[in-house]
Amino acid sequence: MSDVQPVLEVEDLCVAYGKVEALHHVGLRVGEGQIVTVIGPNGAGKTTMLSAIMGLLPHTKGGIRFLGHDVGDSEVEQMVARGITLVPESRALFGEMSVEDNLLLGAFMRRRLGFHDHENTMAEVFAIFPRLKERRNQYAGTLSGGERQMLAVGRALMAKPKLLMLDEPSLGLAPLIVKEIFRVIANLKSTGVSILLVEQNARAALRVADYGYVLETGELALEGPSGVLLDDPKVVESYLGLGGKH
Amino acid sequence: MDLQIALLLGQDGITNGAIYALLSFALVLVFAVTRVIYIPQGEFVAYGALTLASFQAGKTPGTLWLLIGAGLVVAMVDLSQALRSRTARRIPRILAWNLVYPAVAAAIVFLLKPGELPLLAQIILALVLVVPLGPMIYRLAYQPLAEASVLVLLIVSVAVHLAMTGLGLLFFGAEGSRTPAFSDASFDLGILTVSGQTAWVLGASLFLIVVLYLFFERTIYGKALRATAMNRTGARLMGISTVMAGKLSFLLAALIGTFSGVLIAPITTIYYDTGFLIGLKGFVGAIVGGLGSYPMAAAGAILVGLLEAYSSFWASAFKEVIVFTVIIPVLIWLSLTTRHVEEEE
Amino acid sequence: MAPRLLPGIFLVLVAVAPNVVSEFYVTLLNYIGLSALVALGLVLLTGVGGLTSFGQAAFVGLGAYATAYLSIGQGLPGWLAFLGGSPWLGLLVGLLLTAVVAYVLGLLTLGLSGHFLPLGTLAWGLSLYFLFGNLEFLGGHTGLAGIPVLSLLGIPFKDGRIFFYLIWAVVLGAVWLSKNLLDSREGRAIRALKGGVVMAEAMGVDTTRSKTVIFLVAALFSCISGWLYAHMQRFVNPTPFSLHLGIEYLFMAVVGGAGHVWGAIVGAAVITVLKQWLQDILPGLLGASGNFEMIVFGIMMVLVLQRAREGLWPLLIRFVPQGRPACIVVDAQAMARKALPESGQVLLEAKDIVKRFGGLIANNNLSLSVKAGEVMALIGPNGAGKSTMFNCISGVDSASEGEVLFCGQAITRLNSRQIARLGMSRTFQHVRILPAMSVLENVAIGGHLRGSKGVLPAMLHMDRGEERRLLAEAARQVERVGLKDSMFEPAGSLALGQQRTLEIARALCADPCLLLLDEPAAGLRYLEKQALAELLRKLRAEGMGILLVEHDMDFVMGLADRVVVMEFGEKIAEGLPDEVQRNPAVLEAYLGGVD
Repeated sequence: MSDVQPVLEVEDLCVAYGKVEALHHVGLRVGEGQIVTVIGPNGAGKTTMLSAIMGLLPHTKGGIRFLGHDVGDSEVEQMVARGITLVPESRALFGEMSVEDNLLLGAFMRRRLGFHDHENTMAEVFAIFPRLKERRNQYAGTLSGGERQMLAVGRALMAKPKLLMLDEPSLGLAPLIVKEIFRVIANLKSTGVSILLVEQNARAALRVADYGYVLETGELALEGPSGVLLDDPKVVESYLGLGGKH
Repeated sequence: MDLQIALLLGQDGITNGAIYALLSFALVLVFAVTRVIYIPQGEFVAYGALTLASFQAGKTPGTLWLLIGAGLVVAMVDLSQALRSRTARRIPRILAWNLVYPAVAAAIVFLLKPGELPLLAQIILALVLVVPLGPMIYRLAYQPLAEASVLVLLIVSVAVHLAMTGLGLLFFGAEGSRTPAFSDASFDLGILTVSGQTAWVLGASLFLIVVLYLFFERTIYGKALRATAMNRTGARLMGISTVMAGKLSFLLAALIGTFSGVLIAPITTIYYDTGFLIGLKGFVGAIVGGLGSYPMAAAGAILVGLLEAYSSFWASAFKEVIVFTVIIPVLIWLSLTTRHVEEEE
Repeated sequence: MAPRLLPGIFLVLVAVAPNVVSEFYVTLLNYIGLSALVALGLVLLTGVGGLTSFGQAAFVGLGAYATAYLSIGQGLPGWLAFLGGSPWLGLLVGLLLTAVVAYVLGLLTLGLSGHFLPLGTLAWGLSLYFLFGNLEFLGGHTGLAGIPVLSLLGIPFKDGRIFFYLIWAVVLGAVWLSKNLLDSREGRAIRALKGGVVMAEAMGVDTTRSKTVIFLVAALFSCISGWLYAHMQRFVNPTPFSLHLGIEYLFMAVVGGAGHVWGAIVGAAVITVLKQWLQDILPGLLGASGNFEMIVFGIMMVLVLQRAREGLWPLLIRFVPQGRPACIVVDAQAMARKALPESGQVLLEAKDIVKRFGGLIANNNLSLSVKAGEVMALIGPNGAGKSTMFNCISGVDSASEGEVLFCGQAITRLNSRQIARLGMSRTFQHVRILPAMSVLENVAIGGHLRGSKGVLPAMLHMDRGEERRLLAEAARQVERVGLKDSMFEPAGSLALGQQRTLEIARALCADPCLLLLDEPAAGLRYLEKQALAELLRKLRAEGMGILLVEHDMDFVMGLADRVVVMEFGEKIAEGLPDEVQRNPAVLEAYLGGVD
């Protein structure tokens, strides 16, 4: 992947909650237009990693570079302004607001920066998720699980990000919806956005990604092109604890 | 009590209730966005009323000095922070809002002789002086504690209330003031005579409510505030900063408070410490709504106004006691209907 | 200078003070003492319990007016006249009135979120102030004069210097009572409030009761302060009982250090002296008269909260070398234990549990059982509904349908406190310990239900026998889990692995037959996991039943006897670890579909 321009470079990232270190010396790269996935069992520190990159959590050590700039000390709002959006695991929708208002707020920072193309962007989002258009006047809180995830992704796209970070987009969704979401993620690639996808659902994630990392108890255990990882028995071991038996 | 007196008291109650309702909106808003229980809201009522009264008496209101002083402190704090984090592009804004704006306001006050201006201009000038104090107080007192617990923020509120009351005494003295009515007209509706001031208060309150409604429903900043109240992290991920939302909600609260002060000044004599009681009555309204619902808060506030009016007829010495004991049944009702769920860390 | 000398030095200072300083300073010290008494109550309430009140001045007023009215005894109606004339009766009635008001206020607000108590006390403080000013028989705004002199053992407390000793004896007595209370079973329950209601309730603490207790104690201290005030001044009017004074008392507690008993005295001294000084200089400086000290107090308060949240006391005490806490566990008679059920007997049985949140079904027809002497693991991907199930079993929440049996008894509708009493004890996914308390004290919270001594015996130190046995029991559990070396360290200084172990010790201290462990291995390093697994094996061998909710498959597979796998709120597999691991449905749930 060295032939692609890096969008995001993370080096030696460490995060601690009080005295407890949750992330140890994590390094990764996302190239322009790539989908990179970080997979790993629950509690491995995936969400912590995304939160630290986004500036929601302070890190104790390490560097974060975005499009060549050092953004390690930036606030969340500054990261959004630079073109990174995060779809958190909780979705963090505005439940008592309409789908349309949720989307509109996705473009909040873009409007503050002086871009007034939110109507076009919304049309694009509706083209990707026709279901959202049907439900545009409904409160976000009344949507089904799959629709919520679509709205969360759609809202993030309203910011026209250069890097989209997705935290467990398949979490709690029925298999059919998961398939749909991953189809959308794969298609987003054609719009030129780079994606950092954090997933527990390893097979689905590796299938859409170009490159993958396996995070295990706060450390990177494995990395490689996703096709290679998909067939690596060590991935299964790290998930199902088969490794501990030998 | 005959029907006429009953109607008259009802009119009084609704007039005061409308103002309490405005205040309760501000309290619900500030609590929803920042988790601050905004005790100093009442001080804005007093500052607004007394600043207007100072203009009419041909005096320079002390709130001007407060604006200049607070601006200086905010500028110092913000500049030192901007220099430390090397974000020079913020400096012009800091200077403009905290130094230039108060200077311009001072120039206007000294050049225009507000005592001779028409009432509307005096009101606008009072708003110009008092309203910016809201975001400044947020910056100085609350912003450094944005992550603190509701309890700590409440203690801060009480401290700010105390300091502002003391400053009110310093600026306006212990004497009360009452401004002339906006209009001397009165309308006869059957046996009830509605005074011009009542019509003004109701009309202006309604107007402000409509403006606020439009702001929250139609503008992106209004939606951003609602979003912050619903899901703080979600809002931050959209680029809506907690600080911006906090300052904006404090600005709105200060606007509502000051405007309420202007409205109530012709009805009651306002002293430097009256605002607190008025603000608390707004609070009783807000608590009726469980600190969460705007319509319930408004209903509660009107109820407080009516209760106050009728109890001032029956037992005028005890009207404050009666008004504040209203929250007892409300608390009983709340504790029976809400299941307390612990806030997760 | 050893820290334990400090109270002694303080005592000597108090004893000589009135003989060396002028009348003016004696009066000032008297006021400091009166305020310190009120602030002490707020330290218990705010610093220790995490609650607060703005209405303490009103309780002071209640105490002052009760004794003023009764000891003057003139306005009493004929059939009550026999009550007149005695300050002691005034004290008693004042305390009773205060207790009733505080109890009712607590009843109304303590079940709601934390900010309703302060708001309630705000309204109460205001109302009472207006009431004092408007009630004819209390003299209205002029107040009541001619309150009789207090006399005790034939000594009349007429002079300020003599009154000084009375006031400070009461203050030191209150400090002693407060320290005793905090250092007891009930005190630990009160201190546990800051660790969250869910944890305290799971250990069997009635948190509403604990909150009510400290609110009552704080109100009663205030009332006594008011009683002393009335007999010192021999005159009362509403002014000193206004809401502003109520706020000032809170400032004293916060400035002094709301978490520390001695902080109340420091805070009372600082604020009282500062107020005196500011009232002297500010009017001249500002060219007007008025209570301008409130501007300074307000700003000072905000700065203290921003810069030194813990107040002045911790800053002062830094200069005194700290010895190890003088907490020694003596060997004491062992506490009674419940008989453990025989190995293999079914302890817990959940049958067809359904849990709905609105339209969402979080658990659907889930059944599981745990036997004595086995480790049962409940696993599944994130969002599968494991925590919901855990909450339904432990009584944090209750199932919409289905039945939970524990030792043959239905516990479906019981709350966590009642379930704890039956012998089920738990740990938490996010560690819930009290970081400032020692490991031993944290563990002792788990033994709450094994003691019975209440608040009064604790305050009067009449609980020492039970307390020794409780601490000895806690020490045994600390040793059992291997934390002996850090027994007296603050729990917050432990590594995460040790904190999780501490939670297990705390659960064991309740003498359970079933342990519920919520992700005990999360965030642990390899060696820590090994040690944890070893401990759980040991407990299992002793006949304990263990239900484990866990993500870490390595950990589960090496330890569990049986496994239940959940996905989308339903059970998708159940069996021995080896079987489950090779089950295609489980593989799919964890790794995603193979289409």
